Amino acid sequence: MAADVSRVSYRPKLLLFAAATLVLVLLALLPLYIGLYQTQLLTYGLIAAIAALGFNLLLGYTGLLSFGHSAFFGIGAYSVAFLLRDAGIRSMELYILIGLPIVALVSALLGYICVRHTRIFFGILTLALSQVVWTLAYKFFWLTGGSDGLRVARPDLLAGMFTFTGGGAFQRFISAYYYYVLAVFAICVAVMWVIVHSPFGKALQAIRDNETRAAFLGLRIRRFRWVAFLISGTMTGLAGILWVPLNGLTTPEVLYWTFSGEIVFMTLLGGFRNFTGPIVGGPLFTYLKTYAVATTEYWQLLLGVVLVLLVMLLPTGIVGALSVATAKLWPKEKSA
Amino acid sequence: MSILIIQILNSLFYASVLFLIAAGLSLIFGVMRIVNMAHGSFYAVGAFVTAWLVGRAIALGVPAGWTFLLIPVGAAVVALLGIVIEPLLRPFYRRAEEYQLLVTFGLLLILEDVMHLLWGGLPLSADPVMDALPIMRIGGLVYPAYNLVVIGVGVVAALLLWAVIYRTKFGVMLRATSQDRRMASALGLNVGLVYVSAFAIGCFMAGLGGAIIVPTQTAVLGMGIDALILAFVVVVIGGLGSLQGALVGALIVSFVRTAGIQFFPEIELAVLYLIAAVVLLVKPTGLFGTA
Repeated sequence: MAADVSRVSYRPKLLLFAAATLVLVLLALLPLYIGLYQTQLLTYGLIAAIAALGFNLLLGYTGLLSFGHSAFFGIGAYSVAFLLRDAGIRSMELYILIGLPIVALVSALLGYICVRHTRIFFGILTLALSQVVWTLAYKFFWLTGGSDGLRVARPDLLAGMFTFTGGGAFQRFISAYYYYVLAVFAICVAVMWVIVHSPFGKALQAIRDNETRAAFLGLRIRRFRWVAFLISGTMTGLAGILWVPLNGLTTPEVLYWTFSGEIVFMTLLGGFRNFTGPIVGGPLFTYLKTYAVATTEYWQLLLGVVLVLLVMLLPTGIVGALSVATAKLWPKEKSA
Repeated sequence: MSILIIQILNSLFYASVLFLIAAGLSLIFGVMRIVNMAHGSFYAVGAFVTAWLVGRAIALGVPAGWTFLLIPVGAAVVALLGIVIEPLLRPFYRRAEEYQLLVTFGLLLILEDVMHLLWGGLPLSADPVMDALPIMRIGGLVYPAYNLVVIGVGVVAALLLWAVIYRTKFGVMLRATSQDRRMASALGLNVGLVYVSAFAIGCFMAGLGGAIIVPTQTAVLGMGIDALILAFVVVVIGGLGSLQGALVGALIVSFVRTAGIQFFPEIELAVLYLIAAVVLLVKPTGLFGTA
């Protein structure tokens, strides 16, 4: 086996790196050609992609379907709101630096409880615990603003190098924030890529595919699932941290379980068996939902039909279907 | 003292409705092994249909006393809806649980908006049904007699369901299919028919829950989504697929909730979810579950 690994050529990896750089450059150039509104929408899309990317470490790579990831997204968002209101912090970097440990702590705690189960019970347990967080945010209105939520002002970026007050602040913020989110997004993709291709990531996939066999290999299954949960929740929480300055308001809605459903939806839309699936699914879902909401009062109906058709016709998602199609068109020679 | 009686009655009232929803959810899981996320929406459809029918009937000059007959009609409409939907879900029974959850989540989104489409965004009320019955006096306090009817319906429904499942031939078929679908099929049972009947009964019960509660409140959009989560809590506590579990779970949730609203209103819901989480940790199959 070891000999096989060393013989694997580095060309595909280089190709992948080149493709990723190209996509990144295209994304960086895009705001020059599209309007402000589209830029803002794309920012939302990238944030959704980060959330879905984190979520998919659990669903796609560990085989655990969480119906409670809204909790981490929401806790990220509320942490920012609290930091601004109670500590007067206005720096985006501090939001991330302080917010991430908070989300990680909550993920570790909830994960410790949830990984005791798999399959449907895992789903229901995550659902129940995320609903606890939701009712707390909803009921403790003197702390959280209840259903009104909390407002979040535009933060300073890069340690105060960019501040947004006065005329044209909104426009400047949207343009600058897009690049900010894009940078964080690129880091998240790189980190996640390293994680799923590391021995740790391979162990997760082994556990997903055959728990018993993985246990016989000496893997501490629950420990691995717990760490996966921790990383997954933290990355989704980071998405929440990035989301709230853009949205300007956080309400208990982002903690409600139907929002968890949306995270599942976007991951499935892109395809959860692929690394790129959630990255494609996040922005795609954002566009789909935005246009559905804009064009019809019955956008849920539209989304529901799309979801049912997706599960029926494209269970591997859009990226999965595309990769099958390309594999048919250009059959590549098997390496090693 | 009379406050205590009223609180107990309130708990039982609430338990009846929760039992109707949760027992249907549990039945469908027990027979078809799918967790139906759209189940709460069936409850909401029952509420909307009944409220709309009552509104029509009153507008046509039907005496309020007769509108009681519309409650089972509302539930039957939901059962019909279930008969239409069940065959569409069949391709997913053998798929992974993730897909089942997603398909029924899609169904939930669809049903929510179909209700929006049919009845608009405003709450629908069915007050005349409740007003047709007198207000009783308990000690120095007043209590609507209609709530006692609801409790009675819950009790009758529980007894009937128990009798059907454990004392009839159909119940034997149902339990056989639930235990081993392929063996039941090999023994000549029409499994498809058992599926569609079980789904229809489950939907009927959810619809009945909605139909019976709507006179005391209103039918609003989103009521099904809230109810689904509480029904989940009930079946998690009691055990998925267990009838006794649904009953005991509904009672526990209702009494805790009534006490919660009285003594710790901020964390009333959080406590319920925490109870569910603790039960899942200590006894994942629930208090009465076997699966």
